[in-house]
Amino acid sequence: MPVMPDFELLRPDSAEAAVALHASRPASRYLAGGTDLLPNLRRGLADTATVIDLGGIAELAGIRVDADRVHIGAGTTLAALAAHPGIAAELPALAQAALAVAGPTHRESATLGGNLCLDTRCRYYNQSTPWREANHYCMKLEGDVCRVAPKSKRCYAAFSGDVAPALLALDAEVDIVGTNGRRTLALAEFYHDDGMRWLALDRGELLAAVRVPLAPGWSSGYEKLRIRGAIDFPLSGVAVALARDGERLAGLRIACTGVSSRPERIEGLDALVGQPLDDAALAQLEKLVLRGIQAMETTTASVPYRRKATPILARRLVTRLWTEAA
Amino acid sequence: MKSVLRITVNGRAREDAVAANALLLDYLRDGLGLTGTKQGCDGGECGACTVLVDGRPRLACCTLAHSVADGTVETIEGLAHNGRLSRLQRAFHEHLGTQCGYCTPGMIMAAEGLLRTEPRPDRDTIRTALAGNLCRCTGYVKILDSVEAAVQAGEEAA
Ligand SMILES: Cc1cc2nc3c(=O)[nH]c(=O)nc-3n(C[C@H](O)[C@H](O)[C@H](O)COP(=O)(O)OP(=O)(O)OC[C@H]3O[C@@H](n4cnc5c(N)ncnc54)[C@H](O)[C@@H]3O)c2cc1C
Ligand code: SF4
Ligand code: FES
Ligand code: FES
Repeated sequence: MPVMPDFELLRPDSAEAAVALHASRPASRYLAGGTDLLPNLRRGLADTATVIDLGGIAELAGIRVDADRVHIGAGTTLAALAAHPGIAAELPALAQAALAVAGPTHRESATLGGNLCLDTRCRYYNQSTPWREANHYCMKLEGDVCRVAPKSKRCYAAFSGDVAPALLALDAEVDIVGTNGRRTLALAEFYHDDGMRWLALDRGELLAAVRVPLAPGWSSGYEKLRIRGAIDFPLSGVAVALARDGERLAGLRIACTGVSSRPERIEGLDALVGQPLDDAALAQLEKLVLRGIQAMETTTASVPYRRKATPILARRLVTRLWTEAA
Repeated sequence: MKSVLRITVNGRAREDAVAANALLLDYLRDGLGLTGTKQGCDGGECGACTVLVDGRPRLACCTLAHSVADGTVETIEGLAHNGRLSRLQRAFHEHLGTQCGYCTPGMIMAAEGLLRTEPRPDRDTIRTALAGNLCRCTGYVKILDSVEAAVQAGEEAA
């Protein structure tokens, strides 16, 4: 059985203290719910001398619904997020995405921050150490060749968190704490298209909160494809936020997960706004989604399947929200 | 590095010297000898290690023992009182909800967590609450039957 590496465990009570501890100990990692980090530590996918448990930081807890936006602490559990009546009513994509993560027992521990900072995934990486060793490792960890694209200089491991695409479609921003103070980023700026360096966090920076604007007149939803109806990561996930004005589309945002190294906001949808959502528009939408994703052989489900299924998933969800908004 | 962990396990307040990197699962099984909680996988895949932390079902293999300091942990060993099985335990026994038994403690603790917040769940709600717990023996039907029977037994007793 895999063994947990040795580490020291610290439990600061403020975000500033956490950041300072991280800066004083170069080989440290933040721990939130632990449902990604602890299995990864046991499987040899992460190494660390110090674990900084964020569970004692009051600032990271809680959901606040203001007049024009919702403020969600990064330490909020996905169970609490999915069960919040204001979020289910105002931001259905967010509640649906939180509910689509792993299984119910995971969601009691799993946090929003951990979900947004989740390690990228690949079928050559999320394996035991003996498996990876027998396969001579890969570029993301301990090796120098990418098994998915052997000539590639980059890693294509897929970002597979369910909540990020919902928050992208809802136009969220994130609050970040570092040793030099605080900053705010649009969530779209928080990710890089790189399986080995997918977060725009500088070393030791902490994600403190997410802010989501409330947009009256918009509806939203999230749907994912997975092998089983629970537990499994998305083979592909699609979030949509849509506004309808009579027979015309008044606004549309789509974001995907599991099909690129970052959660991917689909570009070019503005061309559909102001038009009726007819067959031509839906065909155009499918094309834009396909153009915006980069599914690679990172899952056991094939690339052609995920390339075919993702635009259809988007089309179905857009059609449903459009019809419901009539 | 070991340090003192203050925690209540199955109703008993304890202070134990526990390593920083000890999982709640290892603390319960190896530290306290509470081997009813099972390890079925190498992390987060199966639900066999489900216990209640402050009344909510959590995976003991994805939780550090020190992360639940000052909290309350309940395991399968805490359910029977004076040799009397809990209604979920009795229902699993009577309705064949257990075969090899490996998944059973996790199933029962996940179901116990559900019944505490929702005493009269319908079958779909039960299914959803147990969606993170795998069983390779029963085919799940008898597990759902067992939880439903426990719900019914609770209603008759009330
Ligand atoms: C069997 C299984 C199935 C799963 N299925 C899914 C799924 O379907 N969809 C899905 O999205 N996820 C899934 N997960 C992954 C994981 O459970 C969730 O993504 C969860 O939300 C991670 O949150 P956490 O709080 O447990 O993160 P942790 O494990 O505590 O942390 C994850 C990473 O984020 C970093 N981190 C955490 N919080 C912060 C912060 N505030 N600031 C900076 N860095 C931070 C940590 O250092 C770590 O690197 C699954 C996991 C398992 C084991
Ligand atoms: S995409 Fe390539 S480098 Fe990245 S994890 Fe997979 S095999 Fe490794
Ligand atoms: S032992 Fe399998 S989920 Fe914990
Ligand atoms: S009874 Fe054997 S695993 Fe469920």
